[in-house]
Amino acid sequence: MSKTGVFICHCGSNIAGVVAVEKVVESAKTLPGVKVAMDYKYMCSDPGQNLIINTIKEQALDRVVVGSCSPRMHENTFRMTIERAGLNPYRLEIANLREHVSWVHSEKASATDKAIKLVELAVAKVRRNEPLQKIYAEIEKRALVIGGGIAGIQAALDIAANGYKVTLVEREPSIGGRMSQLDKTFPTMDCSACILTPKMVAVAQNKDITLLTYAEVEQVHGYVGNFEVNINKKARFVSMTKCIGCGVCTEKCPSKKRLSEFNANIATRKAIYTPFPQAVPNIPVIDKDSCMYFATGKCKVCEKVCPAGAVDYTQEDEIITEKFGAIVVATGYDLYDHSSYGEYGYGEIPDVITGLQLERMINSGGPTGGHIKRPSDGKEPETVVFIQCVGSRDDAKGKPYCSRVCCMYTAKQALLLREHYPNSKAIVFYMDIRAAGKGYEEFIQRVQTEYGVLYLRGRVSRIYEKKDHLLVKGVDTLSGNQVEIKADMVVLATGLKPKKEAQNLAQLLHIGYDQNGFYTELHPKLAPVETQIAGVYLAGCCQSPKDIPDTVAQSSATAAKVGALLSKERLEIEPMISEVNPLLCSGCRMCYNACPYGAIEMEDTEIRRGEIRCVAKVLVSVCKGCGVCVAGCYCKAIDLKGWTDRQLMEQIKVISYC
Amino acid sequence: MEKDINIIGFLCNWCSYAGADLTGLNRIIYPTNIKIVRIPCTGRMDPVLIMEAFHNGADGVLVSGCHPGDCHYTEGNYYWRRRHAVLKRLLEFLGIDERRFQATWVSASEGKRFAEVVKKVVDDVRSWKKNE
Repeated sequence: MSKTGVFICHCGSNIAGVVAVEKVVESAKTLPGVKVAMDYKYMCSDPGQNLIINTIKEQALDRVVVGSCSPRMHENTFRMTIERAGLNPYRLEIANLREHVSWVHSEKASATDKAIKLVELAVAKVRRNEPLQKIYAEIEKRALVIGGGIAGIQAALDIAANGYKVTLVEREPSIGGRMSQLDKTFPTMDCSACILTPKMVAVAQNKDITLLTYAEVEQVHGYVGNFEVNINKKARFVSMTKCIGCGVCTEKCPSKKRLSEFNANIATRKAIYTPFPQAVPNIPVIDKDSCMYFATGKCKVCEKVCPAGAVDYTQEDEIITEKFGAIVVATGYDLYDHSSYGEYGYGEIPDVITGLQLERMINSGGPTGGHIKRPSDGKEPETVVFIQCVGSRDDAKGKPYCSRVCCMYTAKQALLLREHYPNSKAIVFYMDIRAAGKGYEEFIQRVQTEYGVLYLRGRVSRIYEKKDHLLVKGVDTLSGNQVEIKADMVVLATGLKPKKEAQNLAQLLHIGYDQNGFYTELHPKLAPVETQIAGVYLAGCCQSPKDIPDTVAQSSATAAKVGALLSKERLEIEPMISEVNPLLCSGCRMCYNACPYGAIEMEDTEIRRGEIRCVAKVLVSVCKGCGVCVAGCYCKAIDLKGWTDRQLMEQIKVISYC
Repeated sequence: MEKDINIIGFLCNWCSYAGADLTGLNRIIYPTNIKIVRIPCTGRMDPVLIMEAFHNGADGVLVSGCHPGDCHYTEGNYYWRRRHAVLKRLLEFLGIDERRFQATWVSASEGKRFAEVVKKVVDDVRSWKKNE
């Protein structure tokens, strides 16, 4: 017979004000297996916990029921209490008498009856509680960072600074990401490259960081502390060890038709190329699709001119398998493709460009040498119209969210335009100005007053292509007037959207994403960089649109979380997980197919002496304890510790007989 | 006096149980007829448990979990949704009134909604009992 102690808490007057506690105690004393029942004003206080501890010792109790607030509040507190008294911490049940009784029922008699029933329920369950042992797992003290933009770079540097090995995987030939494409950064107007490139070099030189560029994550197995990741290192066709980065191959390459992704398609690049001169690593790649040798079998110019003999056409993709304790996802964003906007010319009017294209033009390292030129005729534009919220805050386009940076980058670009061509005119169509950042509002004001940029509140209804100019028709909703502007160029502030492949990666990692495709954090306020998969963290725009300061702050936060995880000697895992009884298991694989975590393995097991069958086995550190397998098992061979069928059946019987 | 109706509520630990806690925090009053059993996830809900509840004399059963797409265990509630669809048909076939077996989604932030759900289930089960 079990010896259960029942302890009912008054919670001041929170419970006792509605529930007749003494009646609950009296009724509990009559329940089977209950040796002692008592009440106290505040059970979670020091004297309250000591009362429990002393009673366990004096009465030699083996199980405890506490009638108090929600188990979500104090289950852990009381588990530790009974552990201090020498009991297994899992021989505890909580009857939720506050959130589920006294706070939601006003009628005292029926509330007391319900409280009595809930205590009976807990007593019935605790009778079947087994002592459970905490599970421990080893931790691989290395981190993987996916994405080499500013978010990934910052996270990798910070994790390395904490003393852990980091592997940084970037799919492009160079790290740097979107920030490396930018010219200046708002609101301070410091040059993007000047603040980013030192960090890129720091990554390359850090002995704790392994840099894998032109590589992609293909497969992820395992769990927190023990992820096993397959990374595909794509063939560069240039030897990383031999190449000296002289650039002769790029110079001599005869194929130059491919649009340059780095330059937002406003220029072309060669088939063998580095995305930009400050690339890290500064080693070119051959784009197989545009290389003449791979298409026709002739050319080999790069091989002939390379002084180091680094070109190697026989290179193949290489799969690297490595173990990591933590994974940081920092895959960044793509820009909204404005070709779905008919009113802006379906992306077919050459002089309607995107903000990023303008950014590449303003950049002195860009294809136009820092001069803003109309794509149609190369003329310097005099009047430039900026349109905000293209692919942001537009439900009709399936993009209801604000991209957060477009107001600011438009203001920055208008300022740069006015600085570059003092005779030019900049007109901005906006819906609202969102300048919530340090120094942001002041910046917008400066752009309007000092630089004379005209802000019109309203939308553009249509852009007409005329002979040598564009006619922009719109409405100024503040004055209520229709406006027609003769413009030389239109710049669209296209919004941010998750990377095209972001959902695939989410599937690999089992992390969630919202209706817009951005990865979901564990808690929007209190766990902003964690995901629902332990050991997988988020940084930067893959979680939601954000500017550079926020991205860097979030990346450092992520690094702190990774540090906290990797610094542990071993990992503690909740023992309330599934368990297979191999004698009952028929090996039907229902559980194997149902498990959302891949925590079930089918394994040849010796059931009895000489009888070997293929039965299910739970991987203890992978199982999260959801119980999907238990509900699906035909043979009742699998059960969930802490929520066993027997425990739930007992509870059901107690309530149903009311 | 006639015995009042008696309902078992199976609530998943991460959304609905927390939602019911929030109902308490907000002091929203609902009927005492429901007694709540905490489960880790609606994916844990073996249909046998529900049959057992009716078999033992429960008047009504409510199962509530995270909204589709929000499951703490990624997809446990999808399993429940499918099992629920099948079980509902079976209970209908067995002659158990559909008002007695209800399933819903209540998130951890929907305290008010939980109270409304309980009131509706209690009303439904009452109306069934009256016509019995």
